[in-house]
Amino acid sequence: MDKEQYLDLFYQMVLIRRVEERAAELYQQGKIGGFLHLYIGQEAVSTGLISARLPQDRVITAYRDHGVAINCGIPANIVIAELLGKATGCSQGKGGSMHMADVSKNFWGGHAIVGAHLPLASGLALGDKYAGKDGVTICMFGDGATNIGYFHEAVNLSKVWDLPVLWVCENNLYGMGTAVERASAVSEIRQKAEGYGIPNERVEGMNVLEVRDAAAKALDYCRSGKGPFFLEITTYRYRGHSMGDPERYRKAEEVKKWQETDPIGIYHHYLTSNTIALEAELDALEAKVADEVQAAVAFAESSPEPGPEALFENVYVEKGTSIQVNK
Amino acid sequence: MPKITMREAISQALWEEMERDPKVFVLGEEVGVWGGTYAVTKGFYDHFGAERVRDTPIAEAAIIGAAIGAAMTGLRPVAELMTINFAFSAMDHIVNEAAKLHYMFAGQFVLPLVIRTVGGGGRQLGATHSQTPDAIFAHFPGLKVVAPGTPEDAKGLLKSAIRSDDPVLFIEHATMYQVRGEVPEGEYTIPIGQSKIQRPGKDVTIVAYSKGLELSMKAADQLAQEGVEAEIVDLRSLRPLDMGPVYESFKKTNRAVIVEEGWKSFGVGAEVAARIYEDCFDYLDAPIQRVAQKEVPLPYNRTLEQMALPQVEDVIKAVKEVL
Ligand SMILES: Cc1ncc(C[n+]2csc(CCOP(=O)(O)OP(=O)(O)O)c2C)c(N)n1
Ligand SMILES: [Mg+2]
Repeated sequence: MDKEQYLDLFYQMVLIRRVEERAAELYQQGKIGGFLHLYIGQEAVSTGLISARLPQDRVITAYRDHGVAINCGIPANIVIAELLGKATGCSQGKGGSMHMADVSKNFWGGHAIVGAHLPLASGLALGDKYAGKDGVTICMFGDGATNIGYFHEAVNLSKVWDLPVLWVCENNLYGMGTAVERASAVSEIRQKAEGYGIPNERVEGMNVLEVRDAAAKALDYCRSGKGPFFLEITTYRYRGHSMGDPERYRKAEEVKKWQETDPIGIYHHYLTSNTIALEAELDALEAKVADEVQAAVAFAESSPEPGPEALFENVYVEKGTSIQVNK
Repeated sequence: MPKITMREAISQALWEEMERDPKVFVLGEEVGVWGGTYAVTKGFYDHFGAERVRDTPIAEAAIIGAAIGAAMTGLRPVAELMTINFAFSAMDHIVNEAAKLHYMFAGQFVLPLVIRTVGGGGRQLGATHSQTPDAIFAHFPGLKVVAPGTPEDAKGLLKSAIRSDDPVLFIEHATMYQVRGEVPEGEYTIPIGQSKIQRPGKDVTIVAYSKGLELSMKAADQLAQEGVEAEIVDLRSLRPLDMGPVYESFKKTNRAVIVEEGWKSFGVGAEVAARIYEDCFDYLDAPIQRVAQKEVPLPYNRTLEQMALPQVEDVIKAVKEVL
């Protein structure tokens, strides 16, 4: 990795964090509606993971998708525009926080029904295998999602058909307010992959470089035609499940303890103590991010709302099909 | 009579039934430690304990399937599906098991099961989290489908649902938990399968339920100022569907508007209108109007979402159409 790449990982993590901090404020001001699930604390997972992908590798995830969207290359202004429901957002204001996608960036979406996108990942990978392409589908999901049937059906299928899927479980210890050990028969999620004969690894997710290394190896494995691989990445979300979570299920001390291993803090220390980057260079990146986020919010706020005609667009590919009744 | 919210009414019914009958227990995602995502079961975990207030994994098929099995042994589970959108993940168990086991085995299996769930749009939750698919569930014989529109009805009907030996889907509306209304003091139940006149009138019959009731009541207030007296019939349950009060009202007004939040095609309005046409054709003075959701998945953007959802003005417009 050259210096630029090292710095880019830092830049991406900080960008995600600042975008989401602003998003939380915009939510409180009533400018963002619906649910808002923040990724704060988990930035190293998708940043490390997606930095290891090749352009032909597809990414699909759940509703906690702002960070993933940014790592896939959707600019911050487009992400914030979607949060504000604007026509300039990546889903033109129709999707919102939970439903971002950009196919041109090989990002196949945030999906809001827990576990439902896992079978889709098997299908995306099937598409590549069928066409003889060497892309790998990276499918991210939470610990809680491994308890729903979709998970088991999709993972089993990927092995039976030797599909190039990299399954990535982000184990942040909770699904909403339910701790892993209260909901899952095994607390090491990777054991579930074991049950389907899929090679697997458990990785520390607060360290972006460890994630990146593990992802690179896992992607090589999938690309070589050997079938799926399973990564369990341990991490922690610092904010509530979504905005307005009363957080009765965990103690403030627990959150504090995890904040001592803040992925951005760890990486900042790593870069400076190994003299990969100077303190001042990282400060400059922070300043660049601050400007970018400010400009992104200004862009999003001044962007137009979708017009009324947008309501009936995209229900079907064939135009006019949906407007037969109740215009 | 005390005035309480819909949330309190539902919570009270559940609490009182759990106090009354040790066979009643609750299971679902975040019903325990969290206290229910809509806070209906707040305080239940501490009071009734983990055995009777069971947090489940995210596993809708297992929640409903296990509730069916437990009900078959004589327990009276109240299974909570966090929202009705997740009922599709449990559809097989709702449709192929809950609705059929009693019939298919000639009455040997009895399923005193309640599925409590939350439907409705209007909160900018996007297409997958905003649906009002009540009519789909009402399609299946063997299932009872209840969707109250007032706190009084919610409390009385939920108690009846819990005491029913048949499987009941009890649909609450996500935007109505703060609705306040008078509730009788002390013990009462309301039988499932009885429509109710929520507002008397003589000029037009508005048939509604759940969120549609709220819209219709507001529309009727405005219409009254213009001298139009709308009579509002609240269906309260979609299956069994009690058309008696609808017919009685229609024979008086000869005009009907049906208001629902779900999509118009193949919806509640379609069913109610067909029955009026079949049974009251001679009383008809104008084509029946249906007010419903636009035929699109609900978008996130607030303005577009409100455009797609039925509004009070739509009800008023439909009433003027039939007058
Ligand atoms: C089928 C389904 N059931 C329930 C929900 C509600 N829900 C949304 S997120 C969530 C918790 C998911 O936890 P996890 O998979 O660990 O992901 P995390 O939120 O921790 O990232 C639940 C229960 C849903 N969206 N879909
Ligand atoms: Mg989780």
